[in-house]
Amino acid sequence: MRLSKPVVSWLYVAPLVLVLIPFFVVPIVVVLIASVFDTDGFGGLIPTFTLSNYLNVFTSTLTFNLYYETIKFTVLTWIFTLLLGFFIAYYLVFHVKNQLLAIGLFLLCTVPFWTSNIIRMISWIPLLGKEGLINTALIKIGLIHEPLGFLLYSSFAVVVAYVHQLTIFMIVPIFNSMVRIDKRVIEAAVDAGASRFDILRLIVIPLSKSGIALGTIFVVAIVMGDFFVTKVMSGGGSASVVGAFYEDIGVLQYPGAAASAVVLTVILMTSVALILRTVDIRKEITS
Amino acid sequence: MSAAPAAMPAAKTHAKRRAIAPSKGRRPWTFYALTALFVFYVLALYGPMICIYILSFQDVRGGLVFPMKGFSLHWFVDLFTQVRTGDVKGAFSRSIKLAILVTAITVVVSFLSAMAFRRRFPGDNIVFALMIGSLVAPGLVLGIGVGLMFNFLGIDTSWWGSALGAQLSWTLPFGVLVMFAVMSRFNPAWEEAAYDLGATRWQTIRLVIVPVLAPGLVAVALFGFTLSYDEFARTLQTAGPQNTLPLEIWSMTMNVTSPSLYALGTVTTVISFLVIGISLGTIVLMQKRRGQRAPMH
Repeated sequence: MRLSKPVVSWLYVAPLVLVLIPFFVVPIVVVLIASVFDTDGFGGLIPTFTLSNYLNVFTSTLTFNLYYETIKFTVLTWIFTLLLGFFIAYYLVFHVKNQLLAIGLFLLCTVPFWTSNIIRMISWIPLLGKEGLINTALIKIGLIHEPLGFLLYSSFAVVVAYVHQLTIFMIVPIFNSMVRIDKRVIEAAVDAGASRFDILRLIVIPLSKSGIALGTIFVVAIVMGDFFVTKVMSGGGSASVVGAFYEDIGVLQYPGAAASAVVLTVILMTSVALILRTVDIRKEITS
Repeated sequence: MSAAPAAMPAAKTHAKRRAIAPSKGRRPWTFYALTALFVFYVLALYGPMICIYILSFQDVRGGLVFPMKGFSLHWFVDLFTQVRTGDVKGAFSRSIKLAILVTAITVVVSFLSAMAFRRRFPGDNIVFALMIGSLVAPGLVLGIGVGLMFNFLGIDTSWWGSALGAQLSWTLPFGVLVMFAVMSRFNPAWEEAAYDLGATRWQTIRLVIVPVLAPGLVAVALFGFTLSYDEFARTLQTAGPQNTLPLEIWSMTMNVTSPSLYALGTVTTVISFLVIGISLGTIVLMQKRRGQRAPMH
C-alpha cells in the first residue's frame, strides 16, 4: 500500500503535534482564559469576563519599572553576548588556521552549555563577593582599599551571569553561518583592495546575519522569560517581569499573574516574529 | 598613524596584502587582540566553575569564599545525609529518570518530525510556527499554564506527568532543529537506492536512514538529556510535590549558605561530564567502526 505524500508527512509529524497541542497550545489558552477571570482571593477562579486584570497591569507604575528593568537586562546581555559571540566565532573561523584546532576550541566553548545553568550562576559568588577573589586580589595589589560592593548582588552581577550563560547561544549560530562563507569571496575582496574593516563590514557581517538573528532570538527569549538570575544575582535589588508574576502565584493571585504573562508572551512573540522576518531560519538550518 | 603621514600609503598596501587571508605571512594585530579576547572568554567561562569545585572539598570550617579551609569530603557527606538540605538523593534519582524518559521521547519524536520536514506538506508552516513558539515562550508562563490545565482537569501534577510534558515542549523543538541540521547532510540518493532495491519504508528507515544518521541521533539525545536535567522554569509549577534536582538547587540557593551547595554543583557537573563523555565516545566509536567497514564495500 502506498500512502499519499502529505499523509505520510503528517503521520511522521503527528507525535510532535500531539505533544505541542496539550503542552504548548492548550496551556497558553488556559493562561489567556485565566487572565480574564476574577479571583476570589484564595486561589480560586471565578469564571466571569473581566478586563480589570489587564487594567491593573497597564495602569500600575510597577509594571513599567519591571519592564524597564527586564528590557535593560535584555539589551545589555544582547549587546555583550553579540560582541563576544561574533568576535569569538570570527576568531575561530578566520584566524585559527588549523581546522582541527578550531573545532577543538569551538567544543571548548560549548562544553559548559551541557552543565547546570544554576550552578554556573552560583559559581560567580566566590569570585565577585565582598571577600571574593576579585576584591581580595585588587586590595592586595593596592588598587583599592575598600572592597567593591557593586560586583555582587547588583545589576553588574546579573549581566555577568547572563553573559556567562548565554554567549554560547550566539557563538554557535554565528560560527555556523561564518563557516559557510566562501573563502574565495574574501580572497577576491582582498585582491580588489578591500581593507580588513571593509571585509568585515561588507562581507562577513551581512553573511552572518542569519546566525546573528538566531542567536538574538535565543538570548532575548531566555532573558525576558527568566527570573532566576535576576532574583539571585541582584540580591533582591532588581525585579523582573517573570519574577513579579511568580510572586503573584505564590500568593495565589492567578488572574493578575496570567494577565501579566499574556502581555509578556505577546511582546516576546512579536519581537521574535519581527526578527524572523529578516531571515528564513528554516532554510538557514536545512541548507 | 598621524606621526608618519609619508609612510602611510606604503604601510596601507602592506596591511592590505596581509589582510584577512588566513594563510599568508605574518599575523595581523587583530589576531593577537582576538586571541586575548578568546583566552579571556575561556577563563571567565571555566574559572568560576573550577573555583566552586575546589571550594566544595573544604572541611567542616569551610565557607563560601576563598581561602580554602582544609581538605575533606565533609560537604559531600553533609549533602546526602543532612535533612536541612532536603531530599537531594531522591531529587537526583527523579531528575535522572525524568531525563532518560525525556531523552528517549525526544530522540524518537525529533527523528520522525525531521523526516516529515524534509519535504513540504500542507500545514508545515503552522507546525513549524508552533514549534518556534513553544521554544521561545517564557518557561514559567508555560509551566503555569500546564499547572492550571491539570488543575482544571482534576489531575495531580507530578514529575513523571505534567513536568514530563512541560519539558518536552522545550526539548522537542530543540531536538527537531538539531535534527534539521543533521538531516541536511543526508543524501536522499541512499534512500532512493534502497527503495529501488525493493526495500519497504520500514526497512529503509531501519537499515539505511537510522544507521547513517546515528551520530546525529546521539547528539539529539545529549541535547534531550541535558535540557531536561537542567530544566527549571517549566518544571517549577509542574513537578508536583516531589522536587527535581534543579528545583532542589534553587531552594538550596535560597536557604543553604554552606559549601554543601558547591558540593552539589560538583556532583551534578560530574554527572553532566559523564553524559557528555558517553555521548562523544559513542559518536567517535560509531565513526571509527564506519571508517573500518567502509573499504570492504
